[in-house]
Amino acid sequence: MDIAFYIAAFITVISTLMVITRHNPVHALLYLVVSLLSLSVIFYVLGAPFAALLEIIIYAGAIMVLFIFVIMLLNLGKETAKQEKEWLKPRVWIGPAFLSLILFAELFYLIYDSGSPITAIQTVDSKIVAITLFQPYIVAVELAAMLLMAGVVGAAHIGQHKKITLHRFLKEGDDL
Amino acid sequence: MNATISTEMVMLLAALLFVLGITGVIIRKNIIFMLLSVEIMLNASGLAFIVAGAKWAQPDGQIMFIFILAMAAAEVSIGLALILQIYHQHKSMDIDKLKEMNG
Repeated sequence: MDIAFYIAAFITVISTLMVITRHNPVHALLYLVVSLLSLSVIFYVLGAPFAALLEIIIYAGAIMVLFIFVIMLLNLGKETAKQEKEWLKPRVWIGPAFLSLILFAELFYLIYDSGSPITAIQTVDSKIVAITLFQPYIVAVELAAMLLMAGVVGAAHIGQHKKITLHRFLKEGDDL
Repeated sequence: MNATISTEMVMLLAALLFVLGITGVIIRKNIIFMLLSVEIMLNASGLAFIVAGAKWAQPDGQIMFIFILAMAAAEVSIGLALILQIYHQHKSMDIDKLKEMNG
């Protein structure tokens, strides 16, 4: 199981690196799906099969489909890729990448001198997760339900097209 | 399963994913890519919670991951609606076009 973790971690890092460097949005999205699938393998190895399933079903299944839907709706294809190639020059990304590298070095230093191996990983199955979720965390579940409700209402409100009502003397091409 | 994965390795992976996500947010100008990078960062924090839950064999880590998942779903729906609206008004995905946003 140890080697499975390292392979999945390698795939996750490589595909995430591909996500932030691709020019075409659809390619980036597919790499992100690969990254999510390998991350779910890591979750499974760490003894969280329920979280692994949720990762596949909700992230790779629902959220990524939303992204694909928007990309197809906006018809982002070759032109976007060309524009991205123009935007993503080394002059642009080398500074932020260097700063992020410093941040990672700091995190590496902070994490590396503490911690111990997880001895005998135990599977925390969905039953105990569900019991804990609906007994001590019930208030948080209801708050999450309200958050999702607010998300739905907000998305429906923001996403609607407001019809621009011009005065009948104004032509449609006039800038308001 | 008798794996002995060290906690620090998984935390380092989470840190690396988080840093990659933050790099993506900074270097990109396209709003969709920025939202994707935010998703990467949320995943990294979820991984940190999962490994913390696995270390002590407690379900709380997975529960926090479920809440992160619900939050990500709500955030993505709002964000994508905003992206659609921005695209209809500016005909562009450039984040710099929004700097003159004044209501």
